[in-house]
Amino acid sequence: MNIKKYLLAVLLCGSALLLCGSLGAQDAAAEAVPSFDEGYAAFMGSSDAAFFTISNLWLLISAALVFLMHLGFATVESGLGQAKNTVNILFKNVFIISMGIISYALYGFNAMYPGFAEGSAGVFALGSWFDVEASVDYMTGAYADYTWYTDFIFQAMFAATAATIVSGAVAERIKLSSFMVFATLLVTFAYPVTGSWQWGGGWLSANGFYDFAGSSLVHGFGGFAALACAIILGPRAGKYVNGTIKPILGHSMPLATIGVFLLFLGWFGFNGGSVLNADPYLVSLVFVTTALAAAGGGIGAIFTSWILLKKPDLSMSLNGILAGLVGITAGADSIMPGYAILTGLIAGLLVVLSIIFFDKIKVDDPVGAISVHGVCGIFGTLAVAFFSDAAPFGIQLVGTLSVGVFAFVFSFIVFGIIKAVMGVRVSAEEETEGLDISEHGQDAYPDFANGSR
Amino acid sequence: MKLVKAIIKPFKLEEVKEALADIGIEGMTVTEVKGFGRQKGHTEIYRGSEYTVDFLPKVMVEVVVDDAEAEKTTDAIVKAAKTGKIGDGKVFILPVDNAIRIRTEESGTVAL
Repeated sequence: MNIKKYLLAVLLCGSALLLCGSLGAQDAAAEAVPSFDEGYAAFMGSSDAAFFTISNLWLLISAALVFLMHLGFATVESGLGQAKNTVNILFKNVFIISMGIISYALYGFNAMYPGFAEGSAGVFALGSWFDVEASVDYMTGAYADYTWYTDFIFQAMFAATAATIVSGAVAERIKLSSFMVFATLLVTFAYPVTGSWQWGGGWLSANGFYDFAGSSLVHGFGGFAALACAIILGPRAGKYVNGTIKPILGHSMPLATIGVFLLFLGWFGFNGGSVLNADPYLVSLVFVTTALAAAGGGIGAIFTSWILLKKPDLSMSLNGILAGLVGITAGADSIMPGYAILTGLIAGLLVVLSIIFFDKIKVDDPVGAISVHGVCGIFGTLAVAFFSDAAPFGIQLVGTLSVGVFAFVFSFIVFGIIKAVMGVRVSAEEETEGLDISEHGQDAYPDFANGSR
Repeated sequence: MKLVKAIIKPFKLEEVKEALADIGIEGMTVTEVKGFGRQKGHTEIYRGSEYTVDFLPKVMVEVVVDDAEAEKTTDAIVKAAKTGKIGDGKVFILPVDNAIRIRTEESGTVAL
């Protein structure tokens, strides 16, 4: 059975990587250096300790807030999906956080932060097991305003969110095992590459690209990976019939709304923690720009959907809030509050138009992930050039397109191979019956009669 | 015995139940159903695409009564369920061969 082979393969790869990591180059503490306990105690007694401790704590809280976004994704996706696929959607989200953190520990963290030589046009580095021996170099202000472990866990939460963006766009018809294979490969091998280009000191950062918290590196990346998969996968059965679009209604607007509010909350950590310390001015500025852009996104989508579609649409308005948040993510610390509102408003307008556009070209995206993350990810990156002076338009365009293209091409090839080898879609009967029964043998709502089977 | 089957607007259920209680009807079965007559449906919109909803939610009330009570029962239901607007529903009267109370195994009109 495919799933057994997959698990075996992952187990073998994981063990191999672990082995490589532990056998790989380790700092040889040859000569006598002060012990970690002494050095650490000395640092914690110094005047730098206070700022370090508060910054470290803030980063850890932010990591927890970004973690919470997984609950947000789980609820948004299941709310906008049909009841008969709820278990499957939730399961994918459970898998992603479980696989994502471990894969980032086994390989991704060190692949993303290889420490490219200063000014080098770094493009790729091999990953390894993330853990280090505790030392002053890694656990005090000598490393950063936070410890190595804090760095790992904060970044690990971001890596997992990139995979979960894809799960929404492919929901309700993707084969579970194929998704698990693809998501594992995407998070483990693709995400750290583009991340290293900027945050790992690679060629994008060497050329002045600016992506504060990941409009391109997380959202654009996820959005374009999602686009490639949605194209290869095809639309849900019955969505596009005889030239018309037949809506497939989400089964729980309350769940979808809860999800968006959770994502909004998590974004305070997503952006707030990306300051990478507890600097009062910057963190408070980022909280303000983040919130204003979210609000702008909501208002922009509310009015755009109301005017274009005659009635104000709740799900579009929810997508609008997310669009505003994605839009400000590249420039939350460089775009001033007034322009943050404008960034949000434009993102809210764009997301509505984009959702309608993708339906028109028959790319089925049940939750609007491609529009929220892909389209608004590009816009957010360019907004840095439009509304701040942190980076010029040219490199922003080059950067966002190269990340998007890389994610798209990687996904198109890998997902295409998976399709050829093991198929990516459930059968028509399984899709009608619902993935909960066909893939999991479980009912999300066993007490309720289900009308869509 | 007759089965009086009424398809009514869902919000009228309480009123119909009380009207039946007033004439001494002590039991009924209620089902949530969907349907349409000449009322047709309406258009809704979701994420930019329009669709028509033809089937409207209704409630079906079923009561089995003695032949003599059938007309009284029907009148009570019609009066309570009527709004005067399109979509009020319909009442059907069907013959019943027998009725049995499961607990005591009585049959006939004593089982009603």
